[in-house]
Amino acid sequence: MDFSFTEEQNMLVDTAERFVSKEYGFETRNRIIASETGMSETVWQGLADLGLLALLVPEEDGGLNAGPVETMLVMSALGKGLLVEPYLASAVMSTRAIATLASPDQRGEWLERMLGGELIVAFAHDELGTRHEPLAIETRATRIGAGYLLDGRKSVIRHASQAGMLLVSALVEDGVALFALDRDTPGVRLAGYPSVDGARAADVFLEQVYLPESRRLGQGDASDALLAVLDTGLAALCGEALGVLQRSLDTTIEYARTRKQFGVPIGKFQALQHRMADMLIHVEQARSMTYLAAVRALDGDAARRATALSAAKVVVGEACRFVGQQAVQIHGGMGVTDELDISHCFKRLFAIEKTFGSTLDHLDHYRRTLAA
Amino acid sequence: MDLNFTTEDQAFREEVRSFLRDHLPSEVRHKVLNGLPLERDDYLAWQHALHARGWGGPSWPAEFGGTGWTAVEQYIFDEACAEAGAPRLVPFGLKMVATVIMAFGNKTQQERFLPPILAGTEWWCQGYSEPGAGSDLASVKTRAVRDGDHYVVNGQKTWTTLGQYADWIFCLVRTDADAKPQRGISFLLIDMKSPGITVRPIITMDGSHEVNEVWLEDVRVPVENLIGEENRGWTYAKFLLGHERTNIAGIGTAKRELARLKRIAASETRHGLPLLEDPLFSAEVARVEIELMALEITNLRVLSAEAENKAPGPEASILKIKGSEIQQRLLELMTEAIGPHALPFDRDAMTAGYQGDYPLDAYARTPTWQYLNLRKLTIYGGSNEIQRNIISQMILGL
Repeated sequence: MDFSFTEEQNMLVDTAERFVSKEYGFETRNRIIASETGMSETVWQGLADLGLLALLVPEEDGGLNAGPVETMLVMSALGKGLLVEPYLASAVMSTRAIATLASPDQRGEWLERMLGGELIVAFAHDELGTRHEPLAIETRATRIGAGYLLDGRKSVIRHASQAGMLLVSALVEDGVALFALDRDTPGVRLAGYPSVDGARAADVFLEQVYLPESRRLGQGDASDALLAVLDTGLAALCGEALGVLQRSLDTTIEYARTRKQFGVPIGKFQALQHRMADMLIHVEQARSMTYLAAVRALDGDAARRATALSAAKVVVGEACRFVGQQAVQIHGGMGVTDELDISHCFKRLFAIEKTFGSTLDHLDHYRRTLAA
Repeated sequence: MDLNFTTEDQAFREEVRSFLRDHLPSEVRHKVLNGLPLERDDYLAWQHALHARGWGGPSWPAEFGGTGWTAVEQYIFDEACAEAGAPRLVPFGLKMVATVIMAFGNKTQQERFLPPILAGTEWWCQGYSEPGAGSDLASVKTRAVRDGDHYVVNGQKTWTTLGQYADWIFCLVRTDADAKPQRGISFLLIDMKSPGITVRPIITMDGSHEVNEVWLEDVRVPVENLIGEENRGWTYAKFLLGHERTNIAGIGTAKRELARLKRIAASETRHGLPLLEDPLFSAEVARVEIELMALEITNLRVLSAEAENKAPGPEASILKIKGSEIQQRLLELMTEAIGPHALPFDRDAMTAGYQGDYPLDAYARTPTWQYLNLRKLTIYGGSNEIQRNIISQMILGL
């Protein structure tokens, strides 16, 4: 049993946190969100220059081949900055999908450009009805000649409009497959919109989209690999949540220390002290389960892994809701304004709670395992 | 980062489990696993079994006859014992007064008092709380006035747990009425057979006689029973508060009660489905199981920080709050699971070996009294509100 981090891991945290505090202030972030593309090329290149986009890339492809603990730590640092760039989608999930499924040729074609910051890849898996049934896919890839025709609709795909390439999950004859799709392929239509948390997303409509065999990742049924990628994403998301939770708590405590009413800082009022004590308990319980998620993220037993991750998402999701709501409440009227960063934390926590299955979805998944 | 116990730790756990299989008296195990009330002899039988194995003092250093276990080993021991249905170790002698005697008592006191605690031949109770001093311990009013080689003690203690069995009581008494509240307190060991001591039961709402009032009227206590220095008792009491928290979360107990809840929920039905498959009920069970899973890791994080000699610190308050809430929730769900059978309340039917005509399944007889009884968890040992004060002041700096 060991809860400490290695020197390399601590340096990684340092690097990521320093980058965020230097390059990703609240004003900068506001400008990025309001910009046309909704992300910063400079920030993305900065992440590439620090090697952070190579975190999950295998060594033979020029990457750091880091694991879920490092991913959690970096995500947590980026979470503190409320980063809206496509790190989770491209550098975590798509990178892992390509690293585990793609052929050497495909890896050579994509990974180097991804870790260099040239190529952003969105992960286009969710559909209208999937909620947290990861394999309830309706998008189809029908074999035609030496390739496939894709038809279907992918829903609320983060960063789709910012990506050069999308990884799309679809049903094939022998199960589920992942396809790499350039965004400008004929038959692909994006309906883009801002997401509540300031990032960009889109619904992706696929109509008779032709892809050659070379655009399919791996052979045979990719269900297991897909589930593993989704779980990697979920564990990483918990890491991000931890960063946002910590920032929300720290900001709230600082506010309670300085904001005065009736001649005293509001942090002297016991009603608020106990609320903040409960916020801390939520954060620490979420931290424990985020560690568990990271440690179990590579468990080869998919059922056991899914149960642990569902448990983690329940605790993290509850924390997101409680800490977010109370942080705004304790800020009083200022808490509901766009001007203060706490409302932006609130919206990111809200989005995280609903991403990759909500608290209730995961509670339902977990409770079904009880009688087994 | 590694959340697994080492192979040495796992082997140790197997050793404890194997000891439990062979030496935990089966009638005691039966009572604990089924929520039946325990008696004096149940606690003593277990302490004697542990002592015979050399494990009488799981939290004691070896120099005083203890096991010398690390915090992690103590945790593993506590958890394995609780899961197997061993009674909790009565803490007043073993974990409380012994800790103070080891740290601040003189050699004579250590030789006189420690061995009988280890062997389970002398029972201790705690004389801290008073009618006017609950969470605010510094306001104790019981007076001890020096008279030659004795202190003469007058006052009243309350919430004295299992004081009816006690041979000795350790008391906070006021020896200087003029000093600041924390300054004038001393730590005295008092023989319960002393003339002038009266013990009166307090019956709690579950019908148990667990706590007592202890009246002290001109009780003469030899000065050699003073621990440390006069008027320094508050320091010793504070020291103790920081040390009685290794098992504060009650992870093993909660795991045992969760397993019991699941057994009940597998037997009871709603709409023809076992409760464990009922969407609403199973979601509540899932919620508490998940919270417990998180608390176990939080507990291990605190232990591992202690192992690296970082101070145990105020994080223990998190363990106390969540641990007590989870245990209460588990009993609440058991009373929910047995439905209307939560209402019959015949204390006789809640004793081991009951043979009468009581129309309830055995598992349905005990959740209600325990539910009532465990309301104490969020009140004693520093109420959960006090714990939140500690968190906001010591961790959050408010």
